[in-house]
Formats: sequence, C-alpha cells, structure tokens
Amino acid sequence: MSTPDAGLLVALVGNPNTGKSTLFNALTGLRQRVGNYPGVTVARKSGTCDLGDGQKVELVDLPGLYSLAAASPDEQVVIDALSGNIAGDRRPDAVVLVVDSTNLLRNLFLASQVAELGRPVVIVLNQADVAKEQGLRIDTELLSRRLGGVPVVLSSAWKGEGILDVRRAIARAIAQQTQMKRVTWPTNIAAALADVATVAAADTGKPISEAEAQRLLFDTNPSTADRLGWTLAQREKTLRTARDRVRNSGYNPMAAEPLVHYAHLRLILEGVVTEGAGKAGRSAAVDRLLLHRFLGPVLFLGIMLGFFGSVFWLAKFPMEWIQAGVDWTKTIVAPPLDAYPMLQSLLADGIIGGVGAFLVFLPQILILFLFIGILEDSGYMARAAFIMDRLFSWCGLNGKSFVPLLSGFACAIPSLLSTRTIEDPKARLATAFVVPFMSCSARFPVYALMCAAFIGPTYGAGWQSVVMIGMHCVGLLFAVPTAFVLTRLVLKVKPQPFVLELPRYQMPKPRDVIWRMWQNAAEFVSKAGTVIFAITIIVWALSYFPRDASVAERIKAANPSATEEVVKSKLQAAYVEQSYMGRFGKAVQPIFDPLGFDWKITVGVLASFPAREVIVSTLGVTYSVGEGAEADSQHLRQAMQDAKWSEGPRAGTPIFSLAAVLALMVFFALCSQCGPTIATLAQETGGWKWAAGSFVYMTALAWLAGTAVYQVVIRLT
Amino acid sequence: MTPLSQLLPGQFGKLASLNPERGVDQRLMALGLLPGMVLKLIRKAPLGDPLAIEFGGQVVSLRLAEAENLIVDVAADCPIQRPRQP
Repeated sequence: MSTPDAGLLVALVGNPNTGKSTLFNALTGLRQRVGNYPGVTVARKSGTCDLGDGQKVELVDLPGLYSLAAASPDEQVVIDALSGNIAGDRRPDAVVLVVDSTNLLRNLFLASQVAELGRPVVIVLNQADVAKEQGLRIDTELLSRRLGGVPVVLSSAWKGEGILDVRRAIARAIAQQTQMKRVTWPTNIAAALADVATVAAADTGKPISEAEAQRLLFDTNPSTADRLGWTLAQREKTLRTARDRVRNSGYNPMAAEPLVHYAHLRLILEGVVTEGAGKAGRSAAVDRLLLHRFLGPVLFLGIMLGFFGSVFWLAKFPMEWIQAGVDWTKTIVAPPLDAYPMLQSLLADGIIGGVGAFLVFLPQILILFLFIGILEDSGYMARAAFIMDRLFSWCGLNGKSFVPLLSGFACAIPSLLSTRTIEDPKARLATAFVVPFMSCSARFPVYALMCAAFIGPTYGAGWQSVVMIGMHCVGLLFAVPTAFVLTRLVLKVKPQPFVLELPRYQMPKPRDVIWRMWQNAAEFVSKAGTVIFAITIIVWALSYFPRDASVAERIKAANPSATEEVVKSKLQAAYVEQSYMGRFGKAVQPIFDPLGFDWKITVGVLASFPAREVIVSTLGVTYSVGEGAEADSQHLRQAMQDAKWSEGPRAGTPIFSLAAVLALMVFFALCSQCGPTIATLAQETGGWKWAAGSFVYMTALAWLAGTAVYQVVIRLT
Repeated sequence: MTPLSQLLPGQFGKLASLNPERGVDQRLMALGLLPGMVLKLIRKAPLGDPLAIEFGGQVVSLRLAEAENLIVDVAADCPIQRPRQP
C-alpha cells in the first residue's frame, strides 16, 4: 500500500444515498484501510487517492449525514473530524462534498454548514446521469461562480464517469484554497454568535471557531459544549441571553440555522437548474407495489424468508467444507505427534480447533453481508424498515431491528455485525443485546438430541415437534420484554426520532457490495477472531490439565478384558473427570442441582460456555461413548437413557427425567453460551461492559428459568 | 389547520407550523421541511404507522407520534394537483 506523499488529508462528506461510498471506492481503487474512531463504534474508512498528476492524498470517507447538528455519534464524528478534534487525525486539507444532482437544495444545506468550517471545498454533483435522465440541466459554471469559485464537477460514480475531474478538482481546491461562499447571518444572530464565542473562549481558555459557536448556539444537544469543557453552569446564562436575542430578531433559535441557510441557498440556486423533458423516476411506481397495503407485507415476507433461508442454507456447504478441512488438517498434523500427546492435543484440539471456531462463522457473515449490501444499496432496506417499524417501535426498537433479529435465528455473530445498519444508537444497542436470545442454529443439535432421546420415544413425534418449535420461541418470549425494559428504564441514551429517507431505487454496484462484505469479514476475523481463538485455547487447557499417567494405568487395570476402543473412551471420560474442568464441574454441581443436572451434565454445561454445541460431544465423553458423538448417535442416547442417580435423595431414578430434559433445553435456549457472541458484542458496543452485562443477565435468566421448569415439571410428573 | 397525521394518502398540505424544540422537527427542517413548504402524504405503512411524506423532491418516513407537531394547511394555495406519475 502506498502512503500519501505530502501527508495531505481530504475528507469525503455528504448525505446518505448520494453514492458517496461508490465515489470513494472509485477514487481510491480499493486501496483502503478500515479502522475505528477512538471511543465510538463508528468505522473510519480511508484510502489513498491519486489526484491525477501523481500527487497522492489520504482520502477519508466520513459517515453519511444530513446536518451537522450533533444528534448522533456519526454526526459528532463528522464534526470532530472536520474540525481536527479527533486524536491522531489531522484536520482535513480539503473537503469533498458529495451532492445528489437530483436534489441540490437539500444536499447543499450540509455543504453550506460545512463551508462555515472554513476548509477548502470541492462540490461533486454525483448521480449526474440520473439527473440527466430526469431532464434536469445543471449550470455548473453558474453554480461555481455563485458559490465563490469553488470547483463544481459533475460525476456518475456508478458508471465511473467524471472521476478524473473529481481528482483534478481536489488538486485545485488544495492548491488554490477554494473557499465556499458562506451564509450571511442576520445582524442579531451574528451578534449572538459572537457573544457565545467570546464567553465560551474566556470560560474554557480555548479558541472557539465560528462553526463551534454555531453548534453551541443552535444545537439542543450539549455534546459540543461538553467536548469543549464549557460547563452547564458557565454556559446556561450566556446561551439563554444569546437565544433570546435571536428570538427577538424574529427567529426561533432552534429553527434559525436551517431557515437562514435554506434562504441563502434558494438565492444561489436561482436559475442553476433547468427542467427539461425527461422521464420521471420509477421509484413511485415500484413503491406502489412494494409498499402496497396487502401485497407489500407479502412480498416483504417472501424477500426476507428467501434471504434468511439462503443465509442458512447456502452457508451450510462452505461451513461443512471448513469443518472437513479442519478435521483433515487434524488428521495430517496429529499422527506424527503420537509420541507427544500434550503437543498433539494442543495443536489439534486447541490451535486448529480454535482457528476453525471462528473460520466456521465466515460463510454466514459473508452471505449475510452480501444480502444486506444488496438490500441497502437497492433502497429496499429503508422500505423494509418502513413496513416493520410498527411491530418494533413499542418496545423501543425500530424497523431496522428486523433484519438482525431474523438472521439471529441462523447465528448471532453475523447478526450482531448487521446491527450497524441501525443509526439510532439506543435501538442499535438494545437490538444487539437481544439478538443472542434468538434461537441460533447451534442450539439445534441440543434440542435435537434431547427430543430424539427422550421426548420422541415417550411422547411421540407430535410432541417432539411441539417441543422443538416451543424451544425456538422461548428466547423470543424473553427478548421482547428485555428490549422493552432496556430501552425504557436502563439505557439513558436519548432516542433518535425515526426519520428515514426512502431513497430512489437503484441497481446495487457489485464491486461496492462485495467490497463491503469483505471489509466486514476482515474486521470480524481480526477483532473477534483473536478473542475466539484465545477462549478456545483456555478451555482446551482447562479440560486437558492436569493429566496424570496413573489414570491410564488405573483404567487399564480395572478393565483388563475390554477392547482397546472401550478402554480409550473410558480413559477420556476419566481424564475429563479429573481435569480442572471436571473438578470444577463436580464442585459447582450443587449450583445446578435445582435444575436436575448431575456433575456430568454440569461439566457439559461448563465446557459449552465457549460454544453451546460442544455439549453433545462433551456428554459423549463424560458418558464414555467416545468423542465423536453426534446428536443422532444411538450409543449416546442409550447411555443417557440408562443413566441413573447413584446417590442422594434421587438415587435410582433416571437423571434424564422429563423435568431435567426440559430444564436443560430451556437453559440452553437462554444461556449465554457462545464466546464469539460475547467477543462480537464487545466489539460492536464499544467495550466489555455490555458484553459482560449480557453474559451475566442471560446466564442468570437461564438458571432461573431452568430451575422453574424443573421444579414445576418434577412435581407434576 | 390539520395535524399531518390526519391527512389522507394522496392529499397535499402546506406546512403551517412545527415545533423547532423537538428533535424530529429539527431533523425535518434540516431536510428542508420549513414552514410554507408544500408536502404530500403518500401513504401509510401497512400497519398504519409510520407515514411516508414527499416534499422537495424526496420521500421521507416518520412516525405518527412524531408527526403530531406538524400542522398543515390543506386548503387554499396548495399546488395544482399534479398528474399522478406513470
């Protein structure tokens, strides 16, 4: 990767749905780096951009936004980035404002706000092809002149047209320091702004820019004041006086900014756009179908089930290949190490198993993001949110929570990553928090084993299906009240109004979709992947050590006539029993006694905290039927059906009673048994606080619900 | 004077007043929905909420509860009912 020559930084700013990311990809040619802004879960995407004359600059793609009023973390990041207030980031040397050519007025509002920051500016009228189709002619020279001589260029990033012009315009903006014409504030507002700047500068001891003074005066959100360290006590009187002054001049202080900017822009745009003959967009017609009262929801369900089904179904094959590849690698590396069993187990079960543990999520992540990319870039995602919002708004979520929650039934990992599509930080956090309650595919083998071994044989296939379906609903039953309580009582974040643009439908650009899919996967592997790997190694060590040679001798002596295979599985069981994990399991079994779990189940439960599906193979080991046990293994079923309590008040009764089986399934439906989920939750919520909260909450809930089920059912049967 | 939420799908209205203290209204103002602007209620979502409105060449969705401060004037100098787009 080449680094920028002169260390110049250029920022890309614009409204959502302007093709900004497509332009970014076209300008940087995929020479990109993705990171995070410090302290917030906002991605920082940057790349190297050639200015057409060999000069290279670093181009940073800032989040899409409509206004600089700092109401969301995304917006705050843009303001901070443009003002040079981000640690480790320079103030941009130029700002490229990406504008939708079909809606200049609204798009230039943000441009006009950005002009107040005093950086050299380039205006890119993107999607010029669509404007042309609609019969709009834009006089770019007139617009450039009216805006004070800033470069104004037409482009169509989707078609790759006008990209060179954009490069040259950036070079010109940097060379000539082209400043965009700024709005003229009415006298009283200008005076109020000056007052705020003077007092704030005196109170904080920092220089206050004009743009900062505007944020202080016009925003209800105190984030700018907080960042400057201007306390409520200091600012209260000054701001009230200044706002009164604005009010006395006939403007509502909270409306003055858009009113003045829009009035200014209307004059600038006078005669710039001429409407000729053209085709009206087809979006309205498509919406009449896709948002139809009856057909809309039907088509929505069809699209979503098709989309969700494919994530589940398509990912199955590559996941099996990865699993097969991992197993194959084990068979290759293990035999030469037969003489060193510890090293062999570390390599095969610890390291290769650990890599496999996060690689196996990649197919689902890639496919889910492929679909999300298509849904978002086509414009349908906003419609889906529009259709579903009513179902989610009452419990504090919004229409955009639907996709993450639905895909949570396949796997929580890609689903947590997909909560990034929710702009409202409160709804995003609440959605991420309840996603792990969705009954993911890893819970399926647990239900399948229990139902096949205990429900089916005793109560018939009908009840078996009822229990299977019921288990998939248990999580949902708890998720909804959790979201409700979380958004109403716990989260102090101010909710964002659900104002959502329904953009023009558009054909997604394959390069953009694939590139974003790849970036999400790479971020998952580099961040959550390392944590998942570490957890796997730790759990491997806990169930491997200590390993005493005397155990092997004892087992061999006790079973002199048994076949080698039987001895091997008995030995494995004995090793697990006396490992740290086994000892710990025995020690804490009393905690799980109210759920009807014996120490073997307890060890299984503990061993499956990193990955819940491990329970099946762990039960295989503790019930001495060998490591390779699967949900449909006849031996394992038999061994479990035969298992009886050997001591205590329940001695002689079967361990897997109906009560214990149901309690175990409910416990698995609710418990936070997935290391990758916890790691990803921490990554997506910007710290371990919510991840730890989720772990404690879900595990406690699982214990309580499991206990309730066991205690009620055992008394009824 | 009618709250926006009581407009019928397909009806036009001229924005008479909004409440600039509220976050929703601030968002809408940033999108260019200022007093005097003509808007059209395109449709309600299949479950009755939210609404989709059109103004200044864009379509925006907002919730019924969030639309309560938007008072529109259905009468008088609303635009000539434009022919429905094909």
